[in-house]
Amino acid sequence: MRIALAATCIADTMFPGAPRATVRLLERLGHEVVFPRAQACCGQMHVNTGYFDEAVPVVRNHVETFAPVADGEWDAVVIPSGSCTGSVRHQQAMVCRRAGLDELAATAEAVAAKTYELSELLVDVLGVTDVGAWFPHRVTYHPTCHSLRMLHVGDRPLRLLRAVEDIDLVELPAAESCCGFGGTFALKNADTSAAMLADKTAHVRATGAAVVTAGDMSCLMHIGGGLSRQRAGVGTLHLAEILASTRAEPTALPPARRAATEVAR
Amino acid sequence: MSRTFLGLPRRLSRPDDGAPPAGADGSSEQPFGPVPHPQAPLRWGDAFPVAAHRTLQDAQLRRNLGHATQVIRAKRAAVVDEVPDWEALRDAGSALKERVMAELPELLQRLEENVTARGGVVHWARDAAEANRIVTEIARAKGADEVVKVKSMATQEIGLNEHLAAEGIAAIETDLAELIVQLADDMPSHILVPAIHRNRTEIRDIFLARMGDAPPDLSDVPRELAMAARAHLRRKFLSAKVAVSGANFGVASTGTLAVVESEGNGRMCLTLPETLVTVMGIEKLVPDFEDLEVFMQLLPRSSTGERMNPYTSLWTGVTPGDGPSEFHLVLLDNGRTDVLADEVGRAALHCIRCSACLNVCPVYERVGGHAYGSVYPGPIGAILTPQLTASTGGVSGHGDVNAALPYASTLCGACYEVCPVKIDIPSILVDLRAREVDADRSRNGVDPWAAAMKAASWVMSDGGRFGLAGRAATLAHGLGGRDGVISVAPPPASAWTRTRDLPAPPSQTFRQWWAKEHETPRTPEEER
Repeated sequence: MRIALAATCIADTMFPGAPRATVRLLERLGHEVVFPRAQACCGQMHVNTGYFDEAVPVVRNHVETFAPVADGEWDAVVIPSGSCTGSVRHQQAMVCRRAGLDELAATAEAVAAKTYELSELLVDVLGVTDVGAWFPHRVTYHPTCHSLRMLHVGDRPLRLLRAVEDIDLVELPAAESCCGFGGTFALKNADTSAAMLADKTAHVRATGAAVVTAGDMSCLMHIGGGLSRQRAGVGTLHLAEILASTRAEPTALPPARRAATEVAR
Repeated sequence: MSRTFLGLPRRLSRPDDGAPPAGADGSSEQPFGPVPHPQAPLRWGDAFPVAAHRTLQDAQLRRNLGHATQVIRAKRAAVVDEVPDWEALRDAGSALKERVMAELPELLQRLEENVTARGGVVHWARDAAEANRIVTEIARAKGADEVVKVKSMATQEIGLNEHLAAEGIAAIETDLAELIVQLADDMPSHILVPAIHRNRTEIRDIFLARMGDAPPDLSDVPRELAMAARAHLRRKFLSAKVAVSGANFGVASTGTLAVVESEGNGRMCLTLPETLVTVMGIEKLVPDFEDLEVFMQLLPRSSTGERMNPYTSLWTGVTPGDGPSEFHLVLLDNGRTDVLADEVGRAALHCIRCSACLNVCPVYERVGGHAYGSVYPGPIGAILTPQLTASTGGVSGHGDVNAALPYASTLCGACYEVCPVKIDIPSILVDLRAREVDADRSRNGVDPWAAAMKAASWVMSDGGRFGLAGRAATLAHGLGGRDGVISVAPPPASAWTRTRDLPAPPSQTFRQWWAKEHETPRTPEEER
């Protein structure tokens, strides 16, 4: 398949390891990956903070950049993020309609219909759960809120992880509780956010895992930021970074107190 | 004194704040203790972030709430999982409420006709002041200086107890948790379990200090606490001439009112006194009697995690020789028609006050109900309170404390998932945030958030500009030092780094890597 990658703004600039791993993984599975350079951001931050007017040009850029998927130039758009995929599916058209841009809203819907979060693309579209990965470490998985409750990815990420050779996958207690990130919530309600994070990191540490993984770099930035501050000795990796890992090209265990970007290959 | 009896926050205290009388002497004779309640039950205390900062430090509150919400969550999940058509029931509940909102004026008139035809008296109250005045006049006409009350959010919302007290009429809460809150001069912190922030030892202390007739050797065993309250309340049930209730449902086609409860105190209030006054929000209607079948399945499982609530009381007008001989229904607007006028926000009126959203909310679980500064806390409160108070600020008010409420959520979606009538709370929260941002656009002066969002919009709406910004960020790569993290940052990033590290930007953005690995060399003009 010909798959267009929406890298997400946060991963493009802060965590390039996640989209790089997505590219490696999909190419290894025999697909062609395209990166439309006009892309920037899906608009989620502006929408969720209430700045709908400011979101419009951001959404327009995303929709126009990925519009070719609706005409069949690419077979699908993949986003290595549950919350960005959720924004594409549930917010972009609403923001366009509110601004009176019905035509753009229709295009947004057409693009959204062919846009998939990574685990959805792998399991539902490409029909694979064993991607041939090898990752010999103890890992725990945090299901991010938007992938869980907005996209309903269910156990797709876990099915992918269970198929990874030599992985020691341990269940995260209270996994479905929010980590407290919530975008600008982490700044506007920093105390509450920190209280939620304290419980999440305690649960991660209780698993004895060396790595906590998830489908969203933003949530991982939050959880990883807390673990790093605590010198907990637990690193973070995006789901794609584990699935991209093979015996020939293993993803290194991230040093627990170092930006994930530094260790991603 | 920064804290009052039993650790109530200072803001609930009187300015001249004497310590309330300690011990059991005399205080139980007063309908209210020395700590006055907020003037506005939908807007009190500090804005959410400030109030939450304070409640988060209360270790006992965190323990009590953490335990209680975990228990009730598990109970709800178990009884919901056993219903095979739960999702269909939710759809039915949602559709019924949508119909009620679409036909509200006609349905209200039908309700009035049917209640009147069956011997009841219907009153219309535009706001809290009107509703309070109507109830006061009825109690006065009956010569009552004491009324017994069924737990009711509508009367909490209008501050009825405080109003009656000022008029010399004592309102006695007969729901056990509501009684605990009342005795402690506290405010409710939960829609269904108003004393959820208290553990049983605290409750024992409250009873001993304030109930007057509590046995002096009272222990903190729940059964003993309930028995003490029962003995205390039984005397009130038998002597009261007037009862005041809310309503869970009002059936338009029959004029029937419904109250569901667990303790039987409601049944006592609804049947023993000669006069019954019911205050009902106008959104509590259902069109037909058989519609109750849907809600009677949804409500108990969602609220208390029970298959069926122990007591369901239904009454239609008055029946000679059976129950109250006089029945008044006060239909309360108090901002609801404003909410109804909003296409997105009106779904908040679908709420049947089950409180499932509070119990699953990770924010509520940690900060507790008082941080929301409204009798409606939690996710539903965060969308209902600012809308109900919109005419006096609320979500549209510059700097109004209630305008902080739509931001009191990570948008994790747990509330939407459990809502028995499928209110899309996260989407309404986002919509209310937008309404607030738009209302503030007319404001003079520079708002740093608005400026940042505007700048970010310009950068993030063009791949070239965004690529340049990412490349500029890589220059800050060295800020991370040896460990690659930033632990101290200036405001506003300091709100992050106070409790979390921030990774330094990478030495190469993704798109720089892509250009190198996947693209043929470009001209300098293209290579941005």
